[in-house]
Amino acid sequence: MDLAMVWFVIIVFFWLGYLFLEGFDFGVGILLPVLGRDETERRVMVNTIGPVWDGNEVWLIVAVGATFAAFPGWYATLLSSAFLPLLAVLLGLIGRGVAFEYRGKVDSVRWRRNWDRVIVAGSLLPALGVGLLLSWNVLGLPIDASGNRVGSPFAALQWETLLGALAIVGYSVVHGAVFIALKTVGEIRVRARTLALRIGPWALAPLLGLLLVVQLRSGSSWTWVSLLVVVAAAGLALMRLTGSHEGQAFALLAVTIVGAVVTLFGALYPNVLPSTVDPAFSLTITDTASNPYTLQVMTWVGGIGAPAVLVYQGWTYWVFRKRIGTTHIPPVHVP
Amino acid sequence: MDVLDLARWQFGITTVYHFLMVPLTIGLAVLVAGMQTAWVRTGKQKYFAMTKFWGKLMMVNFAMGVVTGIVQEFQFGMSWSNYSKFVGDAFGAPLAMEGLVAFFVESTFLGLWIFGWDRLPKRVHLACAWAFSLATIGSAYFILAANSWMQHPVGVSLVDGKPRLNSIWALLTNNTALAAVPHTVAGCFAVGGAFLVGIAVWHLSRRKENTDVWRASLKLGGWVSMVAFAVLAITGDIQGKLMFQQQPMKMAASEALCHTEQPASFSVFAYGDVARPDCENVKSITVPALLSFLAHNDFSSEVKGVNDLVGEYQAKYGTNYPVDPALGELSGKPIDYVPNLPVTYWGFRLMIGLGALSTVAAAAVLWLTRKGRMPASKWFRWGALAGIAMPFLGNSAGWIFTEMGRQPFVVVPNPTGVDGVWMFTARGVSGLTVGEVLTSLILLTVTYGALAVLEFFLIRRYARAGVSGVLPPGSADKQSDALAFAY
Repeated sequence: MDLAMVWFVIIVFFWLGYLFLEGFDFGVGILLPVLGRDETERRVMVNTIGPVWDGNEVWLIVAVGATFAAFPGWYATLLSSAFLPLLAVLLGLIGRGVAFEYRGKVDSVRWRRNWDRVIVAGSLLPALGVGLLLSWNVLGLPIDASGNRVGSPFAALQWETLLGALAIVGYSVVHGAVFIALKTVGEIRVRARTLALRIGPWALAPLLGLLLVVQLRSGSSWTWVSLLVVVAAAGLALMRLTGSHEGQAFALLAVTIVGAVVTLFGALYPNVLPSTVDPAFSLTITDTASNPYTLQVMTWVGGIGAPAVLVYQGWTYWVFRKRIGTTHIPPVHVP
Repeated sequence: MDVLDLARWQFGITTVYHFLMVPLTIGLAVLVAGMQTAWVRTGKQKYFAMTKFWGKLMMVNFAMGVVTGIVQEFQFGMSWSNYSKFVGDAFGAPLAMEGLVAFFVESTFLGLWIFGWDRLPKRVHLACAWAFSLATIGSAYFILAANSWMQHPVGVSLVDGKPRLNSIWALLTNNTALAAVPHTVAGCFAVGGAFLVGIAVWHLSRRKENTDVWRASLKLGGWVSMVAFAVLAITGDIQGKLMFQQQPMKMAASEALCHTEQPASFSVFAYGDVARPDCENVKSITVPALLSFLAHNDFSSEVKGVNDLVGEYQAKYGTNYPVDPALGELSGKPIDYVPNLPVTYWGFRLMIGLGALSTVAAAAVLWLTRKGRMPASKWFRWGALAGIAMPFLGNSAGWIFTEMGRQPFVVVPNPTGVDGVWMFTARGVSGLTVGEVLTSLILLTVTYGALAVLEFFLIRRYARAGVSGVLPPGSADKQSDALAFAY
């Protein structure tokens, strides 16, 4: 395997980490008004991801940054072609990050209610945008020979890509509900589990739909396997949830997203960004890769950096492993 | 306005804004880690209160630095895709390293620090503060290595018309970066120091509460400011000398020096319009031969002026932009090699002036508050508070100077480097519609503006409340299983 291929796999790995980790962050944010019946419950929800959301978000930055270093042409073409959806992602992430930090800093119902709105919008918008971006990337963009977008900013908007946007939102909602069920005690835990079970099949349907479209368009025979893994893992996750095995359901949802990402990028291979104008204009792993020296340097950095991240982020989850409930929420103390 | 202008405005606004948050985060993070170390070692309550108080302000600010930083990572690809394609092989590496090495550590250990007060052993918790604060400096290093490569491209060869990285070591030890990193980090400490001084003076002159906390903060902030300025002056001089070799046009523009002089005098202040290229209407107060010394350590050396440099640049890089629709309005037009002189001239003076003024202010405050004194004047209180703005503005002025001073290049040609490794800013922009770039410029600016108001409001509120705002008075009646900190 050459280094360009290694970096393709590493970038897939970063996307995987991002969708898995930020998936539940987004879900917790979107479900905030649904599962959190009162202020204390909403605080319980926000605090389940409090120590980790920022670290989870870095996976996106690194996925994008690694693409810049390893495949500059892919980075430049994708980001400039998907300009407006990315702007929505950025505005959402800006609002959400600030909202987590600021919502509890003033003791006022109106203040908190407004920030709650920002959290919901700031979780929904990026989830939609990231879904759109990924499905655009896999299904192709109207790019010309020099990697510039042909046509209007929304030239590539089709029902399949909208399905992709819904796919990530749907997955995030289920994943977030299961995460809440896994990390809390009391009524909210039961409510989260019930919600995940009730909406699960519907919310995961767009993801399966997207994967099926991608598989039929450009899948290989082996990506049928990963697609089957997705179906099996998602089904099993919901089944384990009926028996209150939240941990197992959560792990199975991890397998689901692994299968989904592998299917998407497996179907993309050996392209990194197909052109819908002419297959000859598609960007491939080989054309867009940085020179072997750069990739070698990055392999050293990634080879040491990435496992270290897994260790210390894993440790964070261990430190904050305890479930929390309404009794753990300290009284508000702000000036 | 065309896509190029809009994209440049967006980059300028978002970057200057981002660099209001970053210096405060870096400065405070290290100082807070120091305060916590003092608490862990001595067990004194005042250090604990300092850690909590300044740590809280740091967190209010940190969130803003993070979210505005994400925009930076995406912006190169979104608005500057042709730049990204050209430089990715070399420039992408330090950017990705910043994410992999610094951002992950920063975000993870800050989470552990904020929420870990009752979950981690004291020393492990302290180590998290250090991991976080050193990672902020690490991220400054990587991003400055990337920026320095644009100022002075090294470690590359030219293959198929594109720079190709051949030595990461050369890129990471670029002399431009080695001077820029201490200079910029010292700028961050100047901000942190002034912040401590301003708020501590305000509390000391109003109430007689927690005097020990504010005295210690004042002293720390004052000394940090002065040391920071010393580092700024020394590294600034080194940077200046490098820039006279690497980007003579930028330095001539920093003086609005029209004609070559030998020896060259340093302009302290100018009347009249420095934008006039013939310099005829400009009168300025000068120090003879000082510019020669600043440029080459030699009071009698020659310093080239803007008008003479233009000819050299035209000979090397052409008189007109090529005819190319991708260049938009600039296609086929003459290339203007002279940066915006009022911006570079005044930016340079504001940077130095504000830096010097804030260290004089810090020294004055330390002197006036020596041995427990405290001037009763209202002016003193408000002056110290207003003084917080000086290093912030100085940093912005410095960045605006250095980035505007390299125009019309986005990657500046390196006089001793490989031929062909340079790029006009106009070449780097993405092929977007005006509508897209305008939408993003407006939405980002409005969002940033609103967030600035909110951050200012919160910082003011928490700064005003002092120690009691962060330490609950009766912590004994805390519920037994409640978290030590929760959002």
